[in-house]
Amino acid sequence: MILRRILIANRGEIAVRVIRTCQRLGIETVLAASEADLDSVAARLADSTVCIGPANSSASYLNVKAVIAAAVSGNADAIHPGYGFLSENQKLAEACIRAGVCFIGPTVEQLDAVGDKLKARANAASAGLAGVPGGEIRSLNEAQRIAEELGWPILIKAVGGGGGRGMKLVQEPGKLAGAMELATAEAQASFGDPRLYLERFLSHGRHIEVQILGDGEDVIHLGTRDCSIQRRYQKLVEEAPAPNISEALREEMQRAALAFARYLKYRGLGTAEFLVDCDRDTFYFLEMNARIQVEHPVTECICGVDLVEEQIAVAESRKLRWKQDEIRFTGHAIECRINAEDCAHHFRPSPGTVTRAVFPAGLGIRFDTHIQAGAMVPPQYDSLLGKLIIHGKDRAEALQLMRCALANVEIAGVATNLPLHDELMRDDEFARGGVSTAFLQQFLQTRNMEAA
Amino acid sequence: MKLTNEDVQEILQLLDATPYDEMHLETKRFKLTLRRNRDSGQWTQESQVLSAPNIIRASPVQTAAPAADAATATAAARPADSQKTGWIEVRAHLPGTFYRAPKPGAPPFVEIGSHVEEDTVVCIIETMKLMNAVHAQTRGEVVELCLENAQLVEKGAVLMRIQPGAP
Repeated sequence: MILRRILIANRGEIAVRVIRTCQRLGIETVLAASEADLDSVAARLADSTVCIGPANSSASYLNVKAVIAAAVSGNADAIHPGYGFLSENQKLAEACIRAGVCFIGPTVEQLDAVGDKLKARANAASAGLAGVPGGEIRSLNEAQRIAEELGWPILIKAVGGGGGRGMKLVQEPGKLAGAMELATAEAQASFGDPRLYLERFLSHGRHIEVQILGDGEDVIHLGTRDCSIQRRYQKLVEEAPAPNISEALREEMQRAALAFARYLKYRGLGTAEFLVDCDRDTFYFLEMNARIQVEHPVTECICGVDLVEEQIAVAESRKLRWKQDEIRFTGHAIECRINAEDCAHHFRPSPGTVTRAVFPAGLGIRFDTHIQAGAMVPPQYDSLLGKLIIHGKDRAEALQLMRCALANVEIAGVATNLPLHDELMRDDEFARGGVSTAFLQQFLQTRNMEAA
Repeated sequence: MKLTNEDVQEILQLLDATPYDEMHLETKRFKLTLRRNRDSGQWTQESQVLSAPNIIRASPVQTAAPAADAATATAAARPADSQKTGWIEVRAHLPGTFYRAPKPGAPPFVEIGSHVEEDTVVCIIETMKLMNAVHAQTRGEVVELCLENAQLVEKGAVLMRIQPGAP
């Protein structure tokens, strides 16, 4: 099977990113866009654009029928779902089969095995991976009971998806009911699934993940990424490879990710997320993301692979292009996520119209974005404006280049979190490498950027 | 022709060897400006995709929009229209979608007549996928609800009014 025309069922920078690879491969693109995105950069770049509904994502980007109808009327032979929205949605994958359209992603069974975070934990356990202690919470009573067993603090998570949506840290029993209410609402709004589960909270863990790629038989890994710089469970900075871990631990994590993918006979691009307990030099399985991720460019930089191209290749039923020992890693890459969030006001979202957008250019610099002068940043969607990605020969060089490059980013019309990245890249502790997920909170509090 | 990051890199390599510090390129489809900072020697790019979107009509889909999506009107930030002395307005601190209840079907956070403390959550505003709790910030009784559930609000819009005082 050769894919000739792909419907991109997403928006923002990832829609632009997928269009770029399709253009390079000579594949036509149809963009599925909401009314709010009909004039977006992605819509201008795509060969054609189909409106799939109003701005509210539950009526457009989360509407399976509208997405399938767009693929059919746009004569697309495949759907690329990007990340978020319907990217890990079994109903879309099933509807694709019924409509005779190729879903660029894992099989329905694999989405079922990992998309539901509780099933993912059970399957990972069957594949021999240890998960963070916890379980599903169907009621406040049950949540209280499990939390008491695990000990406080605990972390509430959404069963339906990741990306920090629906995730709440709860320090004490009195805050549990309120946190569950907000988490339920966020989970419902983000994934259309209000279910929650609960995990023991490791205060000084590192978030390290392994990129995997499978063709249904063979699986390879494309190295590690460290995503420990998070604010409210939203990743802000990612790097590849994960710095300052022992090679033994790195190899063990890569082996675990491969074991899980082989257990699933995984086809497509996926990420096994782990929480690393640095004190004990051990790790726990968190979840598997069965899609392309926001932070994929750092992996692309260090291994020279276009991950979107490989997603398309395995969707076309091709065998993997490489064996594991043919994957070579070069240098170090760092990504800063630039969001429309006002640093001066506790990261308040700042939708609006971009009036000026200047980005750094040159060797080792990549800027993935969907904004340009005149672009709208609507309040209905997430606040990502773009990603500055730097590739250096080592971490020190990447950091130095990132500092210079950040100074050359100019975005006007909406407030951004650029000042945070500027400070972060100059921080000694971050520069040493290997900070835990607790680091950023502390960093923000000492600078009065976040309420204590 | 579509301009890629690799194209920009190649143009930059050519430009690096020249004495020029600025390049403008404009076609019907895109506009690109590359600029060299005289002091640092670093380049910046400013690009705009100019081609108009090619919008094709989709076959109509029969889907009943969820009730929560029925929001059509936008509540504008408007000056206080109530002169009822002493009522305190609760305003939206950011733009987004106003929700009276934590989830569809759940009882609203407050009704008219509800007693609230300063830190009582009276509603939520969903902005950029995040649920932002709105606190009463005044101790008293809710006397007016100004908006329908799931309505889009602008920053500063009046959400409800509170009569301050003890119960």
